[in-house]
This record gives sequence, structure tokens and C-alpha cells, in this order.
Amino acid sequence: MKETSVVMAGFGGQGVMSIGKILAKAAIHEGKEVTWLPSYGPEMRGGTANCTVVIADGPIGSPLVKFPDMAIVMNKQSIDKFEPELRPGGLIVVNASLIDRALARRDLVAVHVAANALAEEAGAPRSANIAILGAFMARAGDLVSIAAVEHALAETFAGKPPSLLEQNLAIFRAGLCAGAPA
Amino acid sequence: MSAQRMLMKGSEAIAEAAIRAGCRCFFGYPITPQNEIPEYMSKRLPKIGGVFVQAESEVSAVNMIYGAGGAGVRVMTSSSSPGVSLMAEGFSYLVGAEVPVVIVNIVRGGPGLGGIGPSQGDYFMMTRGFGHGDQRAVVLAPSTLQEAVDLMGLAFDLADKYRSPTLLVGDGLIGQMMEPVTFPEARLDLPEKPWATTGKPKTRERNVINSLDLAPEDLEARVERLFAKYARIEADEPRCERFMLDDNPPLCLCAYGTMARIAKSAVQRLRAEGVSVGLLRPITLWPFPASAIAQQAESARQFICVELSRGQMVEDARRAVEGRRPVDFWGRAGGVVPSVEEIVAEVRRLIRDR
Repeated sequence: MKETSVVMAGFGGQGVMSIGKILAKAAIHEGKEVTWLPSYGPEMRGGTANCTVVIADGPIGSPLVKFPDMAIVMNKQSIDKFEPELRPGGLIVVNASLIDRALARRDLVAVHVAANALAEEAGAPRSANIAILGAFMARAGDLVSIAAVEHALAETFAGKPPSLLEQNLAIFRAGLCAGAPA
Repeated sequence: MSAQRMLMKGSEAIAEAAIRAGCRCFFGYPITPQNEIPEYMSKRLPKIGGVFVQAESEVSAVNMIYGAGGAGVRVMTSSSSPGVSLMAEGFSYLVGAEVPVVIVNIVRGGPGLGGIGPSQGDYFMMTRGFGHGDQRAVVLAPSTLQEAVDLMGLAFDLADKYRSPTLLVGDGLIGQMMEPVTFPEARLDLPEKPWATTGKPKTRERNVINSLDLAPEDLEARVERLFAKYARIEADEPRCERFMLDDNPPLCLCAYGTMARIAKSAVQRLRAEGVSVGLLRPITLWPFPASAIAQQAESARQFICVELSRGQMVEDARRAVEGRRPVDFWGRAGGVVPSVEEIVAEVRRLIRDR
């Protein structure tokens, strides 16, 4: 059985919980099993938040993961915390707008994308999370399809002005391009 | 909401499942990590003709559910360990007066005010009757959110079937995580309750609901009646899941709730590494699935209980095995949740030590 874990981390308010939910909804659209687990303990008090999403073809054991397969890190504290924990060969997507350091490890697949800059260019500075989700999806292999994530995005913005969904889909696609291998 | 898989937080799934099961009253007092249950109830119940009251304390809440349950309404409360402790007196009254209610305990680390991390430290408190006097109560322990949804329905049914308060225990992970769940249709066929205090018509005597018998013989008769009920529950209601046990492996892990799902991953990892092992997962903590464990002891040469405590369920497992096989224990406490890797390493150590 294939089981993949993804950690998403950043400041509270950067929207990491939201992109975790979007990824989880996409997994449901594909008929997969999924767990979404937020950090809710004292670690939240430092102003950083994270969630762990596990996606699998069959029943999921632990929703809590010590060595994740993939990570999206939105700020400096998050890369410091999760870079050492990733499995060898794992994927790390780094928000280059707020993190200016290179990776310490050589055994990871790293994608640096200026998520805040991308979102600001599109006129929606609060959607940096959607931009980095796009970059992540460019490298996430067969975790979930891009169509399923776009479907989940549409679900998430249902009931809001349609222009908001269009703007976020555009940012998501800009992230996809920015994250694609050169 | 149709019968489709939807992504939902555990606390909210528990609340929605209760409503589908016919729960129309909720009385409670907030405490982390289960506040999404009352929050959800406060939004939903008034819209469907139900009642939500934030009580001034857990002591009040447990007595409010006594009132509603006595009036024949499906009613629940939820809390977390320190708050549930405060309900112990009222719980005993509910048992004595045979009032069907459901109480959810999203267990957190203790003792004392403790922490808010996931824990199974309330096993003794929940399974040993929870309250003063000679008593027991059914305790259900879901391991996934879908199972939490399914067991909430069962909890209300068992409460009514046996006229007994019923407990459901989870932990911070069950409460806070999200998973896809499918809900059953809303229940419309709720059981009749001719014993309920709904106002006396001329056609029958008064219904009385209390737990006071000053004459020792009368009280003994009540206890006998309760214990006849417990004998039926112990015969008919034990539930467990046998995971990778069909080939009768020499090693049997035993775990429930959140710990069981981590243990399942550990079993799969150990199997892949060539260790023949399975998992027996109690779904009812009381009545404990003792005969299923006794049966496994025919083939298993060693048992290992893994818990989010310093060893409580292990005592029930040892009693079920009756000394025929060693029953070892490993656990973490205080809200620490072990990784799959940690369980695998500890199981390997305990195999080596035997």
C-alpha cells in the first residue's frame, strides 16, 4: 500500500491549515484515504502552525508522522524544524520570499519558490499559500491529480464571489509553473 | 448532507453523528480538546428544535442530562478528563436511576490539570464503573473518525436498550484530526420509553426516577437488578477487531483507540520485516473482550499491550490470559504520542527480552 505524508508549516495566518484541507479534499475526490492533523498543542503558541496530511490507497495507521515524505515550509522557523525530519529523498518546497537560506541537506529534492511575490503580483498577497501549493503540486508526482486540487479549490471558494476563485486558480497555476522542473 | 464521504473534524463528526442518532439536548461546559463538540451543537441543535445549554459547571451539566434523559429525550454531554472527573457523582446517580444518556470523554493527559495532549490515562476511571457504588457502564473506544460516527449511534442505542448511561472515549487526536466520514440517515424510529417522566395520565401510576433506597434490602434488590443487566451486557456486547490474527501469529499486540491505529502500522511494518504478529483491538473497553483474548492465548505465545498511559488496559488483558502467556506492556504518557518506528523498536526489544 502506498502511503505518503506531507507536512505544511508556517506562521499562523499564512494559511497552511487551509492548503492542508484543500489537499485532503482533493484526496477524497480521488477516492483515497486521508487524514489531516493540526498542531494544537503548546507549539502553536510560538506563532507557528503546522498540519500533517497523510494520503494512502488503504486504511491509514498513524495520522501523526515522525519522518514526513514531503514538506511545504512557509517561514524560517518551519524550515529549521522540518528540514532535519524529512525522509531521505523527500520533497521540500521552500517559500523563498521569507526564507533566504539554502538547504543544509543534500539528500532532498528542494524547490524554492517566491510564494509571497507570486501572490502579490497577482494582486492577492494573502494567497501565498495557494501559490506554494501550486509549486508543490508541480513536484508531488501521483499524490493527487492537479484536476482534483482545482476541484477542491472550487469547493473551498464556493459561496464566495467567483472572481475570488478565478484569482486563486490563476495563482495556483502560476505556482505550478514556478515549481516545474527547469 | 447526503451519504457521501466528507472531510470532517473528529469533534464535529461526533456531534453530527449524535444528532443523526436522535440526540436533541446537549448540556456541557467547555474544556480543551473537545470544544468543537459543544460549539457544533450550539449551532445545530436550536435549528432542529433541540436545546443547547452551556452549563455553569460540569456538575450542573451532568445533572441537566439526568433531567432530560429522565424525560425520555436522547441527550448527551461531552468533556475532557478533569471535567469528566467532576461528573462522577452525577454519573453514579444516572446508573442507579437507570437513566439513558451518552457521555463523551476526549481524554487528555493527567493527573491533575495535566496537559491537552492525547492520552488513555482515564481507562481505569472509565471502565471501573466511573462513580461511587456497585456499578458498571458500557465504554466504547473508536479508533477512526468513521468508527466514532458509527459508535455514537450505537452508544445511544445501547443506552436506551439497557437504560444505562453509556460512555464513549476518544483523545485529542480523535477530537482534532480530520478524516473522510459517511453519516447514516437520521434516525426516526426511536424506542418508546414508557418509564419516562413525561407527565402522569390517569391511565397509569406515577413514574418515579431516583436512586435512593434507604432500606438495605431494597437497595440490594436494585443492585441485583443492575448486575443481572451487566451479565446480559457482558454476554452480548463485547466487541473487538482482530487485525492480522487469522494465521494465529505467535505474537499478539493489544491496543485500542488512537494507539491501535499506530500499532496497526507497526504490525504491518513488523510483518514486512518478517516478524509474525497481529493486533487485537478492543472496541468495547467494558465489557472487555476477554474471551477473544483468551482464545488468542491458545496460539499466541506472547502478548504486548501498548497504551497512551503507564499501563491500565494491560491489567484486563492479563486477567483474560490468566497467566497462561506473558503479557508485556509498553506505553507513553502525558500526551506524548509514539511514532510507528518507536513501537516497532520497543516490540523488538520485548521479543528479545522474553
